[in-house]
Amino acid sequence: MAHVCTIVPISLTVGANRIIPAIAIPHPLGDPAKTKEEEFKLRMELLKKALAALETPVEDQTVFND
Amino acid sequence: MAYRVVHYINQFFAGVGGEDKADYRPEARDGSVGPGAAFTQAFGGEAEIVGTVICGDSYFAESMEEAKTQVMEMISRYKPDAVVAGPAFNAGRYGTACGAVCEMVAEELGIPTVSGMYPENPGVDMYRKATLIAETADSARGMKDAVPVMTALVLKQLRGEALGMPSQEGYIERGLRRNFFAETTGAERAVEMFARKLRGESFDTEYPMPTFDRVPPNPPVVDMKHAKVALVTSGGIVPKGNPDHIEASSASKYGEYSLAGFAEITSETHETAHGGYDPTYANDDPNRVLPVDAMRELQKQGFFGSFHEMFYTTVGNGTSVGNAKRYGAEIAQKLKDSNVDAVIVTST
Repeated sequence: MAHVCTIVPISLTVGANRIIPAIAIPHPLGDPAKTKEEEFKLRMELLKKALAALETPVEDQTVFND
Repeated sequence: MAYRVVHYINQFFAGVGGEDKADYRPEARDGSVGPGAAFTQAFGGEAEIVGTVICGDSYFAESMEEAKTQVMEMISRYKPDAVVAGPAFNAGRYGTACGAVCEMVAEELGIPTVSGMYPENPGVDMYRKATLIAETADSARGMKDAVPVMTALVLKQLRGEALGMPSQEGYIERGLRRNFFAETTGAERAVEMFARKLRGESFDTEYPMPTFDRVPPNPPVVDMKHAKVALVTSGGIVPKGNPDHIEASSASKYGEYSLAGFAEITSETHETAHGGYDPTYANDDPNRVLPVDAMRELQKQGFFGSFHEMFYTTVGNGTSVGNAKRYGAEIAQKLKDSNVDAVIVTST
């Protein structure tokens, strides 16, 4: 399981092991300030990070920052 | 003049039968039955059980409206000053029935009620605000401890005496707030508590923090190119119109919806039910919370094998930890049953 979320401290507290910081609370995988195309690209990148995290061995809770 | 009390019990405690008699229809008997005798003794003459209403747990659960009506009618006929229900200990249907009876009596007769349950009994969460529930053991072995606590709670209410804190009086926290003026400020109390902690002295927290467990990380997905990936969200994305009425806060359920035929989700097809964040952006483009469009594209490009048809959703806003745990476990089982290899959970 990979948790794409905005409030990383909450995710850490409740115990998620693979955490991917998202963009903002009302639009974790989007950015209304950008064009639709840019947003889509952003979303793709975030999900690629999530997929990469899922393929990464972790010993402990890990935040995938980059 | 002794207070008139009606006792509500189930088929088992009435000696009618066990599970085989769980469909027992409501019956009224004058005086006390079964555990009622223990209450009579505890009342010490200040109150008396004038009647007992018995109902099978399954009948109550399955035909709640009729059962409630019949039970209410039988209780009213005794013109009680108070109603005692159970104790139900950890029996779920019984606890639910006791809670429902107390709630109904409080609403329709406006008289004191009390029940007794083990804290994990589902009846507790459902009815703690509607009635006083004494904290009991998880089985009838706790009867001798439950009776005096329930007795005190009902007599105090009948006498019009104020009740103290749950821990003092033995009832389960009701989630009711009562404001009071503290003698010292929060800052002073916090520092005092911290000083005690540093000195290794005991202290009482004013607000118990929930404890969260840890789960060892799963091994990584080995073959993502052939993996089945699913989406789950706490951001409350639901089909337009929120057909299952998932609540904006304190969700009592999660939804399971199909993405078959959806290359993406839009403001026409989906919306957010979540009441804890500005919904404008999610309603405008729900992919911003549940990234269906990007998942479709990534799957097409071969980043993973297949995109699971179903997605799971609930509203994270104010959802109790207990409920969230339950939804997570159920969703995980469904995903496992569908041979999903990996899950991406999105949260706002």
